Amino acid sequence: MVIPDEWLVMNDDLTLPGATDTERGSSLWRDAWHRLRKNKMAVGGLFILILMCVLALLTPWIAPYSYEEQNLVLGAAGPSAQHWLGTDTLGRDLLTRLLYGGRISLAVGFIATSVALTIGVLYGTFAGYFGGRVDATMMRLVDILYALPFMIFIILLMVIFGRNILLLFLAIGAVEWLTMARIVRGQVQSLRQQEFIEAAISMGLSQWTIIRRHLIPNTLGPVIVYTTLTIPSVMLFEAFLSFLGLGIQPPQSSWGLLISYGVETMEEYPWLLIFPGLALSTTLFALNFLGDGLRDALDPRASKD
Amino acid sequence: MALLEVDNLSIWFHTRNGVVKAIDSVSFSVAEGETLAIVGESGSGKSVCCYSLLGLIPSPPGNIESGTAIFDGRDLLTLSERELRKVRGSKIATIFQDPMTSLNPYLTIGEQLIEPLLYHRAMSRKDARGRAIQLLDEVGIPGAKQRFDSYAHEFSGGMRQRVMIAMALIAEPRLLIADEPTTALDVTIQAQTLQLIADLQKQRNLAVIFISHDLAVVAGIADRVAVMKDGQFVEYGPTEAVFDRAQHPYTQSLLAAIPGGAKPGSPATSSSSPDSPLIEISHLKTWFNGTEETTSNATVKAVDDVSLSITKNEILGIVGESGSGKSTLGRSILQLVKTTSGSIKFDGEELCGLTPHQLIPYRRRIQMIFQDPYASLNPRMTVFDALAEPLRYHGLATRKTVLPQVLNLMDDVGLAASAMRKYPHEFSGGQRQRIAIGRAIATKPEFIVADEPVSALDVTIQAQILELILRLVEKHNLTMLFISHDLSVVRYICDRVAVMHGGELIESGATETLWHHPQTPYAQSLLAAVPRLSSRSS
Amino acid sequence: MGKFVLHRLLQAIPVLLVVITATFFLVRSAPGGPFSAEKAVPPAVLKALEARYQLDQPVLNQYFSYLGDLAAGDLGPSFRFPGRSVNEMIYAGLPATAELGLYALLISMLLGTTAGVIAALKPNTAQDYIPMSTAMIGICLPSFLLGPLMMLVFGIWLEWVPISGWGNIPGDKILPALTLASGYTAYVARLSRGGMLEVMSQDYIRTARAKGLPEWIVVIKHGLRGGLIPVVAFAGPAFAGLLSGSFVVETIFQIPGLGRFYVQAAFNRDYTMIMGTTVFFAALIILFNLLSDILAVWLNPKLRQQTNGDSG
Repeated sequence: MVIPDEWLVMNDDLTLPGATDTERGSSLWRDAWHRLRKNKMAVGGLFILILMCVLALLTPWIAPYSYEEQNLVLGAAGPSAQHWLGTDTLGRDLLTRLLYGGRISLAVGFIATSVALTIGVLYGTFAGYFGGRVDATMMRLVDILYALPFMIFIILLMVIFGRNILLLFLAIGAVEWLTMARIVRGQVQSLRQQEFIEAAISMGLSQWTIIRRHLIPNTLGPVIVYTTLTIPSVMLFEAFLSFLGLGIQPPQSSWGLLISYGVETMEEYPWLLIFPGLALSTTLFALNFLGDGLRDALDPRASKD
Repeated sequence: MALLEVDNLSIWFHTRNGVVKAIDSVSFSVAEGETLAIVGESGSGKSVCCYSLLGLIPSPPGNIESGTAIFDGRDLLTLSERELRKVRGSKIATIFQDPMTSLNPYLTIGEQLIEPLLYHRAMSRKDARGRAIQLLDEVGIPGAKQRFDSYAHEFSGGMRQRVMIAMALIAEPRLLIADEPTTALDVTIQAQTLQLIADLQKQRNLAVIFISHDLAVVAGIADRVAVMKDGQFVEYGPTEAVFDRAQHPYTQSLLAAIPGGAKPGSPATSSSSPDSPLIEISHLKTWFNGTEETTSNATVKAVDDVSLSITKNEILGIVGESGSGKSTLGRSILQLVKTTSGSIKFDGEELCGLTPHQLIPYRRRIQMIFQDPYASLNPRMTVFDALAEPLRYHGLATRKTVLPQVLNLMDDVGLAASAMRKYPHEFSGGQRQRIAIGRAIATKPEFIVADEPVSALDVTIQAQILELILRLVEKHNLTMLFISHDLSVVRYICDRVAVMHGGELIESGATETLWHHPQTPYAQSLLAAVPRLSSRSS
Repeated sequence: MGKFVLHRLLQAIPVLLVVITATFFLVRSAPGGPFSAEKAVPPAVLKALEARYQLDQPVLNQYFSYLGDLAAGDLGPSFRFPGRSVNEMIYAGLPATAELGLYALLISMLLGTTAGVIAALKPNTAQDYIPMSTAMIGICLPSFLLGPLMMLVFGIWLEWVPISGWGNIPGDKILPALTLASGYTAYVARLSRGGMLEVMSQDYIRTARAKGLPEWIVVIKHGLRGGLIPVVAFAGPAFAGLLSGSFVVETIFQIPGLGRFYVQAAFNRDYTMIMGTTVFFAALIILFNLLSDILAVWLNPKLRQQTNGDSG
């Protein structure tokens, strides 16, 4: 899966007599995919994740009730045929609320992670590739930022500027990019010393070509793995803030917020705690197992045997 | 009566992809005071064979299927883990290949040295310390008393291996298994280490099993030799017999593959060609400033005031030990490292100080072959991609012509056209080096820097790649700088040789002249240390 | 080593300064100012309040006088509760939080490393899968979910342990400590498993075995030192995590600790209180990062000597 260049892509119309019987090589990506497919937990995680995403995307069309629809007469009721997961104290359908909450939780996870991914990869690649003083300065900055107590800062931000969801995305993303930058930088730095980069330089390839064709495809593995593992930690963080009442603001909802409501009434209506908890944990499990599976599958040491 | 008598040993590895017969019905014996050498290429099973005696192979997947190994009257293969532990380090000791990774970086060498005494001989720490210092002294570590509390990284490679030897011998074992003990060492250090092992063996009447890939090393020290291939002994007998009257074709091919003698088809002295030099280096200095990674901030003078020239169609060898600056010299010519001062002229034009952009036309004309063919190929590019890239980038092929040109290159370096869409990890080491060589000659360069191109390869493969290089140099009128630590290889392939030591070029001359009449003491010691087949004593 | 420690200490000062400055200006830039939330404060009263908290002064003056107070160890008064100072609050809340944190740190380090090492000794067997699957549960069941669930099951349904308070009823410290420790125990277990697997495949472990050492000596003396370096390096960040984890745990179990005070202050928009505790937390976290850095260097002889070389 080398980043395709028009002038290098193997075109089938190019086949010559004598080259028709070429054996199809098995790229590292394909090998990794084969290994991943054998890992049942990881495949299960991937499946659950896709299911969650599809449900979140289709929520407005598939949710059985409207989000705010109250039924004060019914009040909090356990799971039934009408309300599969029961209702909350205001008689609102829990399944509907979980679906809408999932949209927010997943969105925070994915958006904040992509913020982190973009900043981290660019920063790390730059520092690692240029090395020397540039690298030292850039990584010193990361070290300093690392030492800052971000969790507390984000709480501070939320208190001061109000519970703004956009701010939440940015704030979490701005914290998580640090580790991504470190990972990418370390990877680029070790690749930079590899002889195939030297070979590319001595071939006269431009820096941009080297970065694009030789560096980035080889850093992709760890980046994918870490991205998969960042999403759950971001979702956890959002849930944590929402639980404390400092994250998502009603009437919007997220799994963390639903859990915190559930805790208040868990003695009488335990399902209000258990179902949101189950939704969050299942997603976290899925992402973590997928991340672990990807790590095992993409580990270069494993691919040599 | 032999000290160790192994009979009909078979070890199979039960992997997911089936059963691998790592050791297949192997029998041998070693007596006290005797050295048995087991020789084989990588993957032949030579190490597994010895580790299995000590219960050091991972099991599963490894399983001893049959055989006996009678050591001192007891069958090692039937001993319990607990009984085996009493044999390991106490009666049978081991030295490993890489002393850097084989010593614990978190413990002082003294602490590691005394362990066998503490656990096998129940000695007090104080007595053990005294004994350890005495032995460190014996293996030639200066200031043994002070170095007792040092860590492994504070020693040089040769000294570390001496520490390993002391550690192996401290509990007075009767059998020493030496697994490629000198492979990671420079040639002069190798000679010293071999001598040390031989001396210690004589004093202690030790039995030694010496595992090696290098027949030349073995020739000088072994009493008996076993040649191993695919888990079997294809040849086993007294050293004389194996070297002089090898029966098995594999042994014969191994012997034939050892680069011996002068460059084929060339006169003993290089004909002084009237050609102007293609490369002219004068007063080149490449210094590195201490970075954060090195311990000191001192400047490293990797290349220090080197002047040399290479004429067209010549292969110039650069020999030197690790840290001599030979690789840096090669990388300086390619402008892969920043030179400090001096000049490098290629075809009359100055390379030093050019911008990356100005260098591009020269990049086509100067190429490089690297030591590790796996590391020098992008693992995510197919052979086609790797070979097409330089062609397309330098505009040497069009969309239409790139495929036949790549196929042509693959044919040139001896790769099957059908392998075009495969990835580097699907090839063997030798084939990978062929891909790398193909990439280097793709742009039809005039000059190639080859940095230890065969030192990561098995000896039979090495011979094939050397042949390939010679053929290509001939065919494409190449000029080459051939960097190597292996003097036999250099002698076999180079017209002229230059010796580097501590960043300086201390001697150069026509290969055969230098081989037979080295002038400087360093070159003399270097040549004296080269293990040769002919040097074996009766 | 001494100079290395000093060097790191000096490095920590600008970091702390950045934290203080950022906190100060963030709080000052709060939209509407700290008193806007209060309904209908008479202008005169507002004026008096602002004078009392020096809000009528230029911002830079306020900043430097705040720095001066901090240097003297005074974290300032509370906005919401006149007469109470941040120092008093920290004094009141710290013992419970410190005790809770200490228990959690001990549990996570001891239990985590033990589980990780045991798993690493026999990878891909039941001995590996069982502790590691348990660890996965610890990671995927966050404290704000695990805490209430344990409360529900062990406190309310089974009535084994008390479900709130701190030091009032015997056993009331069990659930909070376990809740806070769970996530970190899991991380530590995974880290130490990874570290040990890496180390146990090293050549020097083979050397130790070839010397005929008993396996437990090979593991403890030769393996553990290198294998636990990642855990030591994680201890600093883990401490920061424990601190913020205490916000949740103290809130759930109603423990009168710093974390709960902090969350309450956040809800009350008690700006000086938040500012003071943020600075205090930051200083603690920086200190612990420093300690874990130093320990990691000290455990590695090569790094230890390099730092000596630098200072020489």
